Amino acid sequence: MEDWRKDRLAFTIFMAPATFWLFVFFTIPLALVWVYSFGERGPQGQTYLAFNFENYLRAVEPIHLQILVKSIWIGAVSTIICLVVGFPVAMGIAFAPSRWKNPLLLIVVLPFFTNLLIRTYAWIAVLRTRGFVNFGLEWIHEKLGLLFAFVGLPGVMGEFEPLELLYNQYAVVIGLVYVHLPFLILPLYATLEKLDRSFLEASLDLGAGHWRTFLSVTVPLVMPGIISGSLLVFILTMGNFLVPDLLGGTDSLMIGNLIAREFGAARDWPFGSALSFMVMYPVFFFFVIRALAARYRPRQGEI
Amino acid sequence: MAEQAAATAPATARRKRRRRREVNPLDYLRQPWMQITLLISFIFLYFPIVTLIAFSFNDSRRNITWRGFTFKYYEKAFNNVALHDAFINSMIVAAWSTAVSTAFGAMLGLALYRYRFPGKGPYEGVAHLPIVIPEICMGVAMLAFFAAVDIRLSLFTITASHIAFTIPFVAVVIRARMAGFDTALEEASRDLGANEWQTFWNVTFPYMVPGLVAGALMAFVLSLDDFVITFFTAGVGSTTFPLKIYSMVRFSVTPEVNAASTVLIVITLTLTLIAMTMQSRWTKRQQE
Amino acid sequence: MTDARPIISIRDVTKRFGSVVAVDSVSLDIRPGEFFALLGPSGCGKTTLLRMLAGFETPSEGEIEIDGQAMSNVPPNKRPVNMVFQSYAVFPHMTVHDNVAYGLKVTRVPRAEIAARVEKALALVHLDGYGGRRPDQLSGGQRQRVALARALVKEPKVLLLDEPLSALDAKLREAMRLELVHLQHSVGITFVIVTHDQDEALSMADRAAVMQAGIVKQIAAPGDLYEHPNSRFVADFIGKVNQFEAKVAGVSGGRLAVEIDGVGRIDVPHDGAASGSICIAVRPEKTRLSKERADGDRIQLRGTISDVAYYGNESHILLDTDAGVQFTTTVQNDERRTESSFIIGDDLWISWSPADTLVLVD
Repeated sequence: MEDWRKDRLAFTIFMAPATFWLFVFFTIPLALVWVYSFGERGPQGQTYLAFNFENYLRAVEPIHLQILVKSIWIGAVSTIICLVVGFPVAMGIAFAPSRWKNPLLLIVVLPFFTNLLIRTYAWIAVLRTRGFVNFGLEWIHEKLGLLFAFVGLPGVMGEFEPLELLYNQYAVVIGLVYVHLPFLILPLYATLEKLDRSFLEASLDLGAGHWRTFLSVTVPLVMPGIISGSLLVFILTMGNFLVPDLLGGTDSLMIGNLIAREFGAARDWPFGSALSFMVMYPVFFFFVIRALAARYRPRQGEI
Repeated sequence: MAEQAAATAPATARRKRRRRREVNPLDYLRQPWMQITLLISFIFLYFPIVTLIAFSFNDSRRNITWRGFTFKYYEKAFNNVALHDAFINSMIVAAWSTAVSTAFGAMLGLALYRYRFPGKGPYEGVAHLPIVIPEICMGVAMLAFFAAVDIRLSLFTITASHIAFTIPFVAVVIRARMAGFDTALEEASRDLGANEWQTFWNVTFPYMVPGLVAGALMAFVLSLDDFVITFFTAGVGSTTFPLKIYSMVRFSVTPEVNAASTVLIVITLTLTLIAMTMQSRWTKRQQE
Repeated sequence: MTDARPIISIRDVTKRFGSVVAVDSVSLDIRPGEFFALLGPSGCGKTTLLRMLAGFETPSEGEIEIDGQAMSNVPPNKRPVNMVFQSYAVFPHMTVHDNVAYGLKVTRVPRAEIAARVEKALALVHLDGYGGRRPDQLSGGQRQRVALARALVKEPKVLLLDEPLSALDAKLREAMRLELVHLQHSVGITFVIVTHDQDEALSMADRAAVMQAGIVKQIAAPGDLYEHPNSRFVADFIGKVNQFEAKVAGVSGGRLAVEIDGVGRIDVPHDGAASGSICIAVRPEKTRLSKERADGDRIQLRGTISDVAYYGNESHILLDTDAGVQFTTTVQNDERRTESSFIIGDDLWISWSPADTLVLVD
């Protein structure tokens, strides 16, 4: 790497366009919303600058706090499920023979490249009352009914009642896990792939079984991948708007929906801005911590 | 005696065969439980999409039992003028944002790869924020910004937002590509008498090309697929394809939506597969 | 020692990776308490063989017995062997103490015993007082000692070492050779070491197996490997050697007559049969250069000095010979001289004793 002063002209030419664009169309809008978050809503939904914490106080009122807590809860549950499902998959691919790795990765990544909206919509067809899951269940129910009738117990199974699988928080969790699974598999795969096999072999060699090796060696060594992947998935799931919007019901309103409502129908931009930053403050915080940790670690090694 | 021999012979044969399987302790993929886990995960990943695509060809409005193969919902989708317009809008937005964000993102990625400068850490942190913050936060910020500076929501506002959030992705791809670059090549070029400009175009740029292609395709797919940010930055008459599908989805689940979705899936998957095969071919050629 | 049951017995072991045969029907015995080396160039299958002993690879064919027990269905964590990895594989997320204690903890050794054994193991490798350190605070040599202690604390029947010295710098490597030998004497455990470095194998091992392309070419004590190699490969791999293609002219009573182009017919001692084309070889340090023809029954040929390579303690003289072969001779620089007495272009006689001649049939 070179010092920028060595060729100021090239440095400026390369940096300027992206910097300009991101500044105008990202940094300024974000700063504006931040300023708005201290503002006041006018009677017709205008935004007045005010510089007080009213909006933040409103955000932690029980009715809104409950949505925030629910978002965190749904986000956390989805992240944990992603981790539990994604870890074995990442491990299977990372430890596959090299000619199998790319095809398997492709299988994992391909759905990720189809539209988020379409992937979410696909679940409606699966989960709705007349969806595939209920259809399958009805078929089983019917066959079981026939079986019972055959052994002389007609009518034991009763009428088939389709399950209400859609428009509740379970559907939201399924949708969030589905959409974000690759986000966790990929970083886990990347760290597992880089993991030196001899650490695991050493553990086996010293008498530990596979399960013990997994807990005492594999997991601690890929912890950075687990943390950064989980963090990313948590942020994305917690702040998700589309999945709860399409798959959720009244019990699964999340912070993303609330923000969308304040900027849409409710037209209370200052409050929406405050909510939006309630999501972003932890994000900033985590990334600053991570950057500081990354800067601190190599120094420790030099002692 | 003979019976005993007959009984033990298959047993030893079986033991031998089992040993010949040569499952090494870290061959987790050879373990049945791992294969079952992968299979279930892959079914989970593919079942919804595959059924969606399959039922776009189903000759029934009920969309649940198979009633025969048909193209009629594709015809219907193609003849839907609103859907048509939305598709063209999406293509315009994706083309413009790809062109601009690839150029800007590549320059940014190259500069971040090459130069050290004061405040680089924080700069990178801010520049990569569009990747990590929830889309809804960026969407509402763009809406607030365009309202504040009094720009009417249109295809331009969508494109401007898409460029902003795809630049970091392109920059990351280019930087990853450049990480494998041997700087001695540039030094060799300078040593042989080329100036910086010639060195860049003859040595550095050709090396960047696979990254540029990958970055461009990524930007295109991201822009074409984006819903949330587009949702907040689109105005009257600038409905994109995902937005149109969304309004249809809100209304009901119909084979027509499936057909339109399938078209979008096919486009993005084709582009993705092209990008991936190109990249794997390039890396293979480099290894040779 | 020879009558003891072998601690490791490898019988017709073959390992295939797809169509590649990494280890090709190898059979060998390793005796208890032996320092045994698997020596060969990279890709010869020595590491695969070691990994099969540890249980990380499963043989495609054949049988491995350790301490009289068949290992075919025994996983690595149940084998009475421990390994020192080439990369050391010292767990970076554990302290030195925890690394050494790990193997005891996972096999449920009582806590009090663990503390005592770890301390003893650390003392054995001169790392007393380092227990609290983290691996990233250690040098490469120290990390290797941790790997050694971690394996030895398990009191294995056999210690496997995979290229243990390759990651160390030259000075440390030489010191560690001696230390490993001393360590082996003091713990009395069988050591099996994999190395591509002939000096390492010769200076440490009691016996070594030289491997090439999956096949064991020769198993012998270091002195025998050097002085009595059984093949061109072994002669060439271990030390420098000058080789001549020769035709067998006759065998009689422990002597062999051969015809070499440009040298003529020579007569060398040789037990066993030989016919057709064989290889006659001699080590550079066994040869002498002289202005005049040497006396006696020494084998002689003329050569012209083409190059002189100075190595400090000795010089290597390269000569073009009448036999059409480039010949190397080493000369000890046993007196301080500013100018070499060997000048490029000099015509000299090269000679060696028939007893020092190597006859390589294979």
